[in-house]
Amino acid sequence: MFKALGLATVTALALSAGGAFAAGGGGHVEDVDFSFEGPFGKFDQNQLQRGLKVYTMVCSSCHGLQYVPIRSLSDEGGPHLPEDQVRAYAERYEVFDAELDDFRPAKPVDHFPGSTLDNAPDLSLMAKKRAGFHGPLGSGINQMFKGMGGPEYIYSLLTGYHEAPECAPEDFPGSYNAVFAAGGFPDSCKNEDGSHMVPGSWIAMAQPLYGEDVDFDDGHDNDLHHVAEDVSAFLMWTAEPKMMARKTAGLTGVIFLTVLSVLLYLTNKRIWGPIKGKNKKTS
Amino acid sequence: MAGIPHDHYEPKTGAEKWLHSRLPIVGLLYDTIMIPTPKNLNWMWIWGIILTFCLVLQIVTGIILAMHYTPHVDLAFASVEHIMRNVNGGHFLRYLHMNGASLFFVAVYMHIFRGLYYGSYKAPREITWIIGMLIYLAMMGTAFMGYVLPWGQMSFWGATVITGLFGAIPFIGEPIQTWLLGGPAVDNATLNRFFSLHYLLPFVIAALVAVHIWAFHSTGNNNPTGVEVRRTSKADAEKDTVPFWPYFVIKDLFALAVILAIFFAIVGFMPNYLGHPDNYIEANPLSTPAHIVPEWYFLPFYAILRAFTGDVWVVMFASWITGGIVDAKFFGVLAMFGAIAVMALAPWLDTSSVRSGRYRPMFKWWFALLVLDFIVLMWAGAMPAEPPFSTISLIGSTYWFAYFLVILPLLGVIEKPLPQPETIEDDFKAHYGKAETPAE
Repeated sequence: MFKALGLATVTALALSAGGAFAAGGGGHVEDVDFSFEGPFGKFDQNQLQRGLKVYTMVCSSCHGLQYVPIRSLSDEGGPHLPEDQVRAYAERYEVFDAELDDFRPAKPVDHFPGSTLDNAPDLSLMAKKRAGFHGPLGSGINQMFKGMGGPEYIYSLLTGYHEAPECAPEDFPGSYNAVFAAGGFPDSCKNEDGSHMVPGSWIAMAQPLYGEDVDFDDGHDNDLHHVAEDVSAFLMWTAEPKMMARKTAGLTGVIFLTVLSVLLYLTNKRIWGPIKGKNKKTS
Repeated sequence: MAGIPHDHYEPKTGAEKWLHSRLPIVGLLYDTIMIPTPKNLNWMWIWGIILTFCLVLQIVTGIILAMHYTPHVDLAFASVEHIMRNVNGGHFLRYLHMNGASLFFVAVYMHIFRGLYYGSYKAPREITWIIGMLIYLAMMGTAFMGYVLPWGQMSFWGATVITGLFGAIPFIGEPIQTWLLGGPAVDNATLNRFFSLHYLLPFVIAALVAVHIWAFHSTGNNNPTGVEVRRTSKADAEKDTVPFWPYFVIKDLFALAVILAIFFAIVGFMPNYLGHPDNYIEANPLSTPAHIVPEWYFLPFYAILRAFTGDVWVVMFASWITGGIVDAKFFGVLAMFGAIAVMALAPWLDTSSVRSGRYRPMFKWWFALLVLDFIVLMWAGAMPAEPPFSTISLIGSTYWFAYFLVILPLLGVIEKPLPQPETIEDDFKAHYGKAETPAE
């Protein structure tokens, strides 16, 4: 009875966990095969460096990364830039120094600046905040088995800009995005029962990436899909900079505990042997 | 310990005798660790050790996290990010603590349902059961306040909703709510006192755990047959039991290692799976999330809280008979706490003379339905409060109360129990006397 119970509990946990953050309304989220998925996945250092470039050239004009220290760009397991490059990179930004009571060029110890626009959210944790769209039916199973999460959402959002559908008035504020769920939605695109005729909604952010927005130093493709993928990977790193260290620690723990389990299993079998065996002989 | 006859500690050397005559602490530890334990305990008896481990894990990781955390509305969220990014090993400690809470509740639910199935709550173990329920309540309080500390959106709005429940109590509700929050709304004063209490309560739990263990060491463990250990002589008792050390210590440690291997896989590879992504958005009193959902372990009781809306006839009746004092909101609060209260009263509501569900043919099915009910309520609690989920919650809540208030008392009268083994030894022999069985 309890074996079935255990299984049922695990199922219920998986279902309720997914259900807990199933917020509908968004369009289709593409599954991207990122290098960092799965227990053995790693960040691709070159991809993070390309993503940093996209962030710097495009995103940072409105958005910020207030929780990310600039020095962490040289961390192993991250973009891993040489320290002199990080120092040079930091000087692109101006930060307010309370001691000087004035602005000065940033140093590696400073954090990235926050957002410059009021309605542009900070991107430090975006890949973790938006991890909750996954299906099917809000079960969270895609996240579990395909590793779908926030980066896929960001990628889909960035590539989700389309021509506004014909049902919408031409002067409707914002840009039509087939993935974004929380924006404005014109009444003329709703059916009689209030359901939406088109997926997504109208987002305040104008389409930021079109492809060929930046030229990569390593000559990597810079069409829209590649650029969006690279910046999504970079934002996963800003949200979870210690992911590599975490997976290593987790794996070490699993291996150590598995060995310990085997040893304890054998010990247990041995000490219980006489207690159980005494009865076995009689049979 | 009292009850089952067994060997006691005898000081041998001079130093041992010197200490023993002044403070018999070695004897206390010896008797605790060598307690005669029914030898037929199955794998559902491992959760106690898992729970003890969880308490230690949460206290140790929590104390270290507290060294780097700042309980202030403007700094709390950033200080958690500081732990995640700058503190050595901080990211792993926090994920251990966060998922440790989930492991704690998985284990406590297994432990509680084991007790419900094998009748561990029945005489003479009522005190153990009641203390256990108090521990469970303290755990819920601790987990709830801990969830507020990162000061994310779900922290803030969860705190607003749950403290709002106290506001539903007639007449004295609002002063109580203000007193809990330290002001009219969830704010810095709330965060500070929650941090203080979140640090305090685990030590209260530790003390209650000591009493819990003391209580069942006095009565002896229950076991899957529900048949008591023979106490007629030491020789008889030894046929039914083995000492806790080394037999159950090693068995429990094996179980702990297996469960921790799974736990480390979750912490290492999917640490945010059981959390709510909205909690990575800093708390904003001006923006209410679309769905406010508590952590998974509160969902069954959250479903019961929301099930009793104003259009349910019991609620309308209660409102009419009390002249409107008991409204739907207050009724929901009463139902939520009542759901735990009826569980705590199980020792007196269960009229059956047979302890273990193994020998109760009808009880088995009602119990299985209760487990299913708990899982359905957990799922319904995560869904929006609208049909058909509200109806499912209502049916589920009704069954929860019916099980404790109607089915348990009635079954004891109408059910014809199966024959039970004479002794634990017989049961053990029946199990291991047969063909090859894997070591259990």
